Amino acid sequence: MTSVPDNMPNDKQVSIGKRLSRMAQSNWRAIIVFIPYVWLLLFFLLPFFIVAKISLAELQISSPPFSDMIEWTDSGIMTIRLVFDNYLYIISDNLYFDTYVNSLKISVTSTILCLLFGYPIAYGIVRSGPTVKPLLLFAIILPFWTSFLLRVYAWMGLLSDQGTINNLLIRLGIIDDPIRMLYTEFAVYVGIVYTYMPFMILPLYANMEKLDISLNEAAADLGSRPTNTFFKVTLPLTIPGIIAGSLLVFIPATGEYVIPDLLGGGNVQMIGRVLYNEFARNTDWPVAASVAIVLLFLLVLPIIVFQYYQGKASERS
Amino acid sequence: MESSNTDMPWLDRDNNKPFVEIRGLTKKFGDVTAVDNVDLEIYRGELFCLLGGSGCGKSTLLRMLAGFEFPESGSIIIEGTDMSSVPAYERPTNMMFQSYALFPHMSVEKNIAFGLQQDGMNKSEIADRVHEILKLVELQDFKKRKPQQLSGGQRQRVALARSLVKEPKLLLLDEPLAALDKKLRKQTQFELANIQEQVGVTFIVVTHDQEEAMTLSTRMAVMDAGRFKQIGTPTEIYEFPESRMVADFIGSANFIEGRVKEDGADHVLVETDMGEVYIDHGHAVVSGSKIWVAIRPEKISISKTPPAKAGPNQIQGIVDDIGYLGDTSIYKVLLENGQIVDVTSPNHIRPISRKHAITWEDKVYLNWAPSSAMLLNS
Amino acid sequence: MHGSRSRFLTIMISLGMAFFYIPMILLVIYSFNYSKLVPVWGGWSTRWYKVLFESADVWNAVSLSLKIAFVNATFATILGTLSALAMVRFGRFKGRTLFGGMLVAPLVMPEIITGLSLLVLFISMQQLFGWPSERGFTTITIAHITFSLAYVAVTVQARLTGMGEDLEEAAADLGAKPFKVLTAITLPRLTPALASGWLLAFTLSLDDLVIASFVTGPGANTLPILIFSRIRLGLRPDINALATMIILTVAVCVALAALIMYRQHKRDLLDQQMAKRGDS
Repeated sequence: MTSVPDNMPNDKQVSIGKRLSRMAQSNWRAIIVFIPYVWLLLFFLLPFFIVAKISLAELQISSPPFSDMIEWTDSGIMTIRLVFDNYLYIISDNLYFDTYVNSLKISVTSTILCLLFGYPIAYGIVRSGPTVKPLLLFAIILPFWTSFLLRVYAWMGLLSDQGTINNLLIRLGIIDDPIRMLYTEFAVYVGIVYTYMPFMILPLYANMEKLDISLNEAAADLGSRPTNTFFKVTLPLTIPGIIAGSLLVFIPATGEYVIPDLLGGGNVQMIGRVLYNEFARNTDWPVAASVAIVLLFLLVLPIIVFQYYQGKASERS
Repeated sequence: MESSNTDMPWLDRDNNKPFVEIRGLTKKFGDVTAVDNVDLEIYRGELFCLLGGSGCGKSTLLRMLAGFEFPESGSIIIEGTDMSSVPAYERPTNMMFQSYALFPHMSVEKNIAFGLQQDGMNKSEIADRVHEILKLVELQDFKKRKPQQLSGGQRQRVALARSLVKEPKLLLLDEPLAALDKKLRKQTQFELANIQEQVGVTFIVVTHDQEEAMTLSTRMAVMDAGRFKQIGTPTEIYEFPESRMVADFIGSANFIEGRVKEDGADHVLVETDMGEVYIDHGHAVVSGSKIWVAIRPEKISISKTPPAKAGPNQIQGIVDDIGYLGDTSIYKVLLENGQIVDVTSPNHIRPISRKHAITWEDKVYLNWAPSSAMLLNS
Repeated sequence: MHGSRSRFLTIMISLGMAFFYIPMILLVIYSFNYSKLVPVWGGWSTRWYKVLFESADVWNAVSLSLKIAFVNATFATILGTLSALAMVRFGRFKGRTLFGGMLVAPLVMPEIITGLSLLVLFISMQQLFGWPSERGFTTITIAHITFSLAYVAVTVQARLTGMGEDLEEAAADLGAKPFKVLTAITLPRLTPALASGWLLAFTLSLDDLVIASFVTGPGANTLPILIFSRIRLGLRPDINALATMIILTVAVCVALAALIMYRQHKRDLLDQQMAKRGDS
């Protein structure tokens, strides 16, 4: 073979038809990206800017109940009004501050509870035999497919004054008068741990399942007892799972509305509930919007951390 | 050591006590018997290979020695102490894993130090020992790296260092070279044997690679279906296989069925349907009984010129196929009875002229020395 | 790593399972209670099922919820699949980071914020363009698609990454044009992921209360909105009956899915046996 036949296409020789089809090809790719991109820009990103805008407006008795950011004076001069009063109001008002703190307290505590109970459950599933394992996993996922609302409702029946738990305790003679459990902070903890536990278990399971059992064997072989192996090898290697699971519980729990409303009644103040009430009952949109923006800022860091780990996990796989 | 025969202690059992004794060891997984009533003695300083195909039980045996699996019955005695029910973390053995099992969240240094820390050794001594072992495996410059930042060969050496640093009585190696590419594997085989000589620790190596077993081991055991088929030095196993399975598993062999015609004290004559096979040493066989004879392809010489005089150990055939491997060639020779015999022949001479070379459809004469044919018991 | 579970782990799993399932079981049992007071046992009865089936409100809510869930699942599957293809198979493109961020954010965004922001969007749009003129089916569906598509995208992305590009490259090598490769190879192989993405979007929509409450208008009650408005005031036996119906429906669907998966698994085993015989 002395020379390569010159039939390799180069830019100048490509026919117009080929060029057109190549353009069409790059265009359908563009279309595939374009449709969901525009959808998300319009219905996910844009709304946040509108909320931010409203949070900087004033309450007005009108529809919608807030002032315009941009006003035109009689002489045709545009003025932009940014009102930070709402934020000042939230910060200065003890009710809001305390509610934020209480929300964070409840969500952090629930996350820790989910981790304490979820970790051994996830580890137990990983360590189960090949026939039991899929069944257990299935049992963890199954509640996802039933109604969230009804899972919370189930606890109303258990925790109420004449509920199953009180009935049982009274019948066993342990107590004489029912213990108040429904409409307390305790009920909110139970509700959050109950409904969000799978979000903790599943990422932990996914993380643990990938661990090589021979690492544990290697540690034992090098003289490490099981407990020491757990703290020196297993626990450090499951930190990504712990972070992912904790954020999946912490973030939605902080903004939770249904559980504090149904199980906490009026006695447990969480920010999601305050926000909803501000919006729906008081129709004070600017303050509601500010409450939402502050909540978002509280959660932005955890969300970014979550996305970072999510990205790293998908790169690895 | 004041033993009289340090090179081959297993030949002199009166003066040498075995270092590791395995007695009647059995392990079952459900209905499957992975290791079936196995006995084995290994002496101090040996590099013993367990060789077998996948699922033969060699890994299970090794894992029982390490303490990851516990036997149904039988015992494992290391230096006189029964270890059968001692957990892995209390055994004087260390293991090098096939996957290396390096802790991904620890640096090379920390990986190696891990075992020493478990013994509660003080920090400066740990540092000294880690430094020393890193020098042995030539990884001083990489001690701060994480396992993910090392090449396959480097990881292999870290794994070896980590298992050696505790100076175990017995080092168990599970397919230590399987993850390396072919060239590196050949080179590392010798390195591993050198290191073993330097540190003097007894090694038990599990492998499925016969070449690896032959290169490394002082003695080896061929395993099949949970049992030992044969235990011996590489030469014994290769030159005197006891069974068809062993002869076939180690190297390749031509198998010929025949009947014992003469059974002398110093020779055996076997009659087969392609001629007589004469063997110049005695063998425990029964005259008249059916028997298998094996002849290694490289022990047969091939020629286009007929032999000077007729006799045993001579057959003729037609070249059916040739495989040219560079250093040697494989000839597939079709005999009159339809059987095909493999013959390998070194290419001493560069085949520039095709005149004298053996080629397809040539009529060829095969013969072998009276010591070459091997009698198999089963 | 099997069969080596310690006693502590077994106890934790048993407690966990009891914790997950006892409340559900009690919920079902009490739906057959004659008494109007849920926790007070008044004997077995199916009267609350009768109340339930005769309630027009419930039927309207069920039908609205199913309609929304169906349209949502279909659109979310299309948009989510397009997004996943863009993220996994198109390499780098302009704004990929922002796109990826917007795809994951709805998974963790508190519903209350999503709901509020979508409502103000709809109101602003109504003021500017006069659309959507009223809130209800359309606005709830749009809101649901927005967060469901993220879940579909994650499901499909995982499958796409796991699949590798070998078959696509083989098809291209055999002369298939990129669009043909997409329709003849990629999409058929994605079918299981598309099905589970669709189902996920469907159930997410059926389950959503908070976002729907924000973006709904007068008269448009989805099933969760209806349930919520009733149980805010306390326990109601007809809601127990409704819960039982829902659990039963889910159980039947899950059993069917399990059966299909079991059949598939058996077929795979048969295939493997046939393949093995081919070798020997």
